[in-house]
Amino acid sequence: MPDFPTPDLSHLTRADFRNVYEPAEDTFLLMDAIEEHPRINLDDDRQRGRDWPSVCLEIGSGSGCVSTFVAKVVGRSNALFLTTDVNPHAARATRRTGEKNEVTLDPVVTDLASALLPRLRHSVDLLIFNPPYVPTESAEVASPLPAPLFSISASWAGGVDGREVVDRFLPFADELLAPEGVFLMVLLEDNAPEEIIREVRERWGWTGRRVKERRAGRERLVIVEFVSGGDAHAG
Amino acid sequence: MRLITHNMLQCPVKGCSKDNFPLRIEDAEIENADADFNPQFLKRMLDRIAWGALVQTSFSLGVAKLPESPGDPNDDEFLQTLHHVLLETRVKEGRMVCNGCGHVYPIREGIPNMLLQENEV
Ligand SMILES: C[S@@+](CC[C@H](N)C(=O)[O-])C[C@H]1O[C@@H](n2cnc3c(N)ncnc32)[C@H](O)[C@@H]1O
Ligand SMILES: [Zn+2]
Repeated sequence: MPDFPTPDLSHLTRADFRNVYEPAEDTFLLMDAIEEHPRINLDDDRQRGRDWPSVCLEIGSGSGCVSTFVAKVVGRSNALFLTTDVNPHAARATRRTGEKNEVTLDPVVTDLASALLPRLRHSVDLLIFNPPYVPTESAEVASPLPAPLFSISASWAGGVDGREVVDRFLPFADELLAPEGVFLMVLLEDNAPEEIIREVRERWGWTGRRVKERRAGRERLVIVEFVSGGDAHAG
Repeated sequence: MRLITHNMLQCPVKGCSKDNFPLRIEDAEIENADADFNPQFLKRMLDRIAWGALVQTSFSLGVAKLPESPGDPNDDEFLQTLHHVLLETRVKEGRMVCNGCGHVYPIREGIPNMLLQENEV
């Protein structure tokens, strides 16, 4: 499989990272999982005939680093790279990071994927989310409303068990995923990935598994891949 | 905001269920940016585009007159026009208005802001 460099983020300054999540261990682990994914990163022969994915969507794109990387791996003209974030600073950083790296990202400021449904119903081939997963007080979680006072902690605060945003998003993911769609999500061991994998299998019949893990300080990061069902899901 | 993105956005206000798509674009500052022409990608996207909405929006912005129903996907001229409308035409500044509930969504620096107020979610 070809290797891809980490996107150039030299246009983003300290001042930008006061308002936007700065790429960290979780971001890099997610990019590694993308680079090693057999349906996303293809050898040259198969890349020439690529017909998947057509629609990629990243929730909570922050700096735009991950979607830029996806666009590089998939090929910038082969798909649509939509992104969302509740933080308008993040949406701007995302657009700029795409431009800096000569790919086009299409950022939207919205809560999760609210404004993209029902239009993207069962239409997203590749769904990506590095969510706010750190266990915190519920009050610290990003509000889906325009924030009167911006706080960078909202980019990682996950509420009770770090699961509040994740649990709110999962039903959206079921609405969004195309048949055989792939959904990559970052979790902490503390978020109980196995429990989430079991829950979504029971609720929506997705197949979930860990594809990558790494220790980061006191935390253990896990990348989980879900694949939605085939025909049964298409209805 | 490229017109392909506009084609995917619907008014998210709770209870707004009529005339909520497509959002009407007003006071648009339009710009063009070149994109690589990829006919295979365009063909794959055809069945995910809400065609009537695209025709209406493209016409109202004076970008191009698209056929009432999607043209022949093997017609290069049709695909070139579609490519220009969907992927090269951007709204840099302006706003989108919901024809159902009147909600106004600003577009600034090319990015649509779809956030709602408390009484709307
Ligand atoms: C952990 S950061 C990940 C940023 C980037 N994707 C990365 O990997 O470096 C989580 C992102 O999710 C965004 N976010 C938090 N709550 C959200 C919500 N309800 N809807 C959309 N985005 C949200 C935050 O603003 C932040 O940019
Ligand atoms: Zn409305």
